Amino acid sequence: MSKNINVALIGNPNTGKSSVFNHLTGLNQKTGNYPGITVEKRQGICRLPRGVKARILDLPGTYSLNASSLDENVVVELLLNKKDKDFPDVAVVVSDVENLKRNLLLFTQIKDLNIPTILVINMSDRMRRKGISIDTRKMEQLFHTKVALVSARKNEGIDVVKEHIAAYKTLSTQSCLNINQIDQDYFESLARTFSNQSLYKLWLVITQDVNFAKVERKKMEAENADHMRTPSFLKRLQQKETIKRYQFINSVLKECYVKDSSKATDLRGKLDRVLTHKVWGFVIFFVVLLSIFQALYDWSSVPMDFIDASFVQLSDWAKTSIPSWMATNLIAEGIIPGLGGIVIFVPQIAMLFLFISILEETGYMSRVVFIMDRVMRRFGLSGKSVIPLISGTACAIPAIMATRNIENWKERLVTILVTPFTTCSARLPVYLILISLIIPDERILGANLQGLVLMIFYLLGFGMALLAAFVLHKILPQNQTSYFVVEMPNYRIPLLKNVILTIVEKTKSFVLEAGKVILAISILLWVLASNGPGETFKNAPQEVAKSVSVTDATFDQQLSAYKLEHSYLGIVGKGIEPAIRPLGYDWKIGIAIVSSFAAREVFVGTLATIYNVGEDKEETIKERMAAETYADGSPVFTLASGLSLMVFYAFAMQCMSTLAIVRKETNSWRWPAIQLFTMTLIAYVCALVTFQYFSF
Amino acid sequence: MNLTLADLKVGETAIIDSFDVEQLPMKLVEMGCLPGNEVGLLQLAPNKDPLYLNISGSHLAIRRETATRIFIRKKGE
Repeated sequence: MSKNINVALIGNPNTGKSSVFNHLTGLNQKTGNYPGITVEKRQGICRLPRGVKARILDLPGTYSLNASSLDENVVVELLLNKKDKDFPDVAVVVSDVENLKRNLLLFTQIKDLNIPTILVINMSDRMRRKGISIDTRKMEQLFHTKVALVSARKNEGIDVVKEHIAAYKTLSTQSCLNINQIDQDYFESLARTFSNQSLYKLWLVITQDVNFAKVERKKMEAENADHMRTPSFLKRLQQKETIKRYQFINSVLKECYVKDSSKATDLRGKLDRVLTHKVWGFVIFFVVLLSIFQALYDWSSVPMDFIDASFVQLSDWAKTSIPSWMATNLIAEGIIPGLGGIVIFVPQIAMLFLFISILEETGYMSRVVFIMDRVMRRFGLSGKSVIPLISGTACAIPAIMATRNIENWKERLVTILVTPFTTCSARLPVYLILISLIIPDERILGANLQGLVLMIFYLLGFGMALLAAFVLHKILPQNQTSYFVVEMPNYRIPLLKNVILTIVEKTKSFVLEAGKVILAISILLWVLASNGPGETFKNAPQEVAKSVSVTDATFDQQLSAYKLEHSYLGIVGKGIEPAIRPLGYDWKIGIAIVSSFAAREVFVGTLATIYNVGEDKEETIKERMAAETYADGSPVFTLASGLSLMVFYAFAMQCMSTLAIVRKETNSWRWPAIQLFTMTLIAYVCALVTFQYFSF
Repeated sequence: MNLTLADLKVGETAIIDSFDVEQLPMKLVEMGCLPGNEVGLLQLAPNKDPLYLNISGSHLAIRRETATRIFIRKKGE
């Protein structure tokens, strides 16, 4: 078996690198307009001509090899480490035809590592509209490599890229820049100390905090401290290097690149004047958010009702059709309602990801970053924090990962800590079912009242996130000056394929990840609810029969209620009841809250399991909840208790996966512990106030 | 008179004159913020911060604080 060719796909953010990756490999991959959206390491296999295969690695978008963020560091680390199994045989640098000059800076750096490097110029479909023409033959001569004009949007030119990859061994590895030009004395003395080594690689190691290089760096420090110099000296050399590279690039472009500006259209300018306008910019942003939340509510009710009813039928069918030796009750009363509790929210989650991916793909997100930066800074955040906070409405986990391109550590930490306050899709199930129970389905000024309440809760989440950020901003010490450089990409029509792939991939992983937890908890709950300690549980029928009020008609119902109350689960719920009674919850809700600390979306499934235990009537979860009463006949779910419960879920830290990711991103258990404790405390106090206020 | 990027009005263009590289993020320099290059102010966010610039063909936003560290000269001077 011949070895696959290792290919590294490298490029600036917003060059359509991920779309090129999709075409080369056919694998699912998300692309976006916001810098840094490709944080994960993604790989795929590409079939080349003549039966050869290439393993393509899609590296995070980077502006240069002088890394200034964690994502960019991934690229440098790989390219400097020849022993890495992913070290590329050939690098493919993807550039955007409209930002060619800037994109070429990275190209020349990669080429100077003496790796065969192919230049892909993407978005060639825009050349005519922008009045650009390129002599690729000439460019190939001047750069000593192969150049491919590609349009990922129109799927043009991909075969040329494949041809070039297959023939990578014929490519020249000649450098673009003679590094001695930067500072002859410095680099000549460097060459004397470290003979037989690539000067440019040494230079990168010296100027970089690359993790793997630290050992090597120590060795260098010991051998010749002189080369380390002061940071300011090194930074000046870096600037000089950048100037030299641009001089080289300009000299090449002069011979093979022509832009006739008179033919260019200025759509960007027209859109920017509206979307980043002092007033209209904010109005539009607010309307966009409002529309998303209205759509989320209005469009999803039909599929959700359908799924809800289907699972009730399925559960019913299971009870009568599955042979009893197969633990019928566990399946019909534990697993099926538990799964129903998650599947029901697929329409909404898919829709949320649809909107978020469209906002990213079009380039609108960067405009939001721009207009929001000043506002966010007041709360100790950055304009870039807007992306995690909005992505947080889908799921806090990718949102926290998206904070990686906030360069300032304090701004990044604050963003990580407050992001879990935003209303993630796991809270949606809880909100939706409670809103439909306690808020009338009416219209006020044309807006759906239920949708309005939902939006208020989203705003409440954002509000608490900002408040918490403000407090943290005041508490935490300032450790470095904050830099803020955001690329404003061109506006683009989203690629349908990219959007659909995003929705499918994200929804699938949400359902699978959450599904596992929910299934496990559903089974555990069912077991705990169906068993109890000692004689009281075993003798339930006799105990119930002794009761004065019991009649034949109500015997079954009273028996199941009695059993649940005396089961292990009932004992746990009863145990915490004194603590949650002031918030307006009974012990059954208490059980749901306790199990929700693993993951919020378990709430509905848990109630479904609890209420279903021993019930034979076919009812949807919602109807069952509406019928739930205290011993004195008053309903459990009132406006006060329902709002209180929603407030509790809005603020409490109930997600093990988020805590795990915060641990990973902050490299300490301290921050997740603080999150868990503080957020839950806030939730308890706010829920208490809400219930007491609405009860009077 | 020492003009800085922060003194530009929306729609104006100028030439980058000088700056102290230590006070700027390297990323900005790499995106084309180099002495001699042309810079134009495209938009201002509320409170005139951040600034939306076209620096030598790169469209990007920076904060006012950073902009005050970049000295400019009018074209033709």
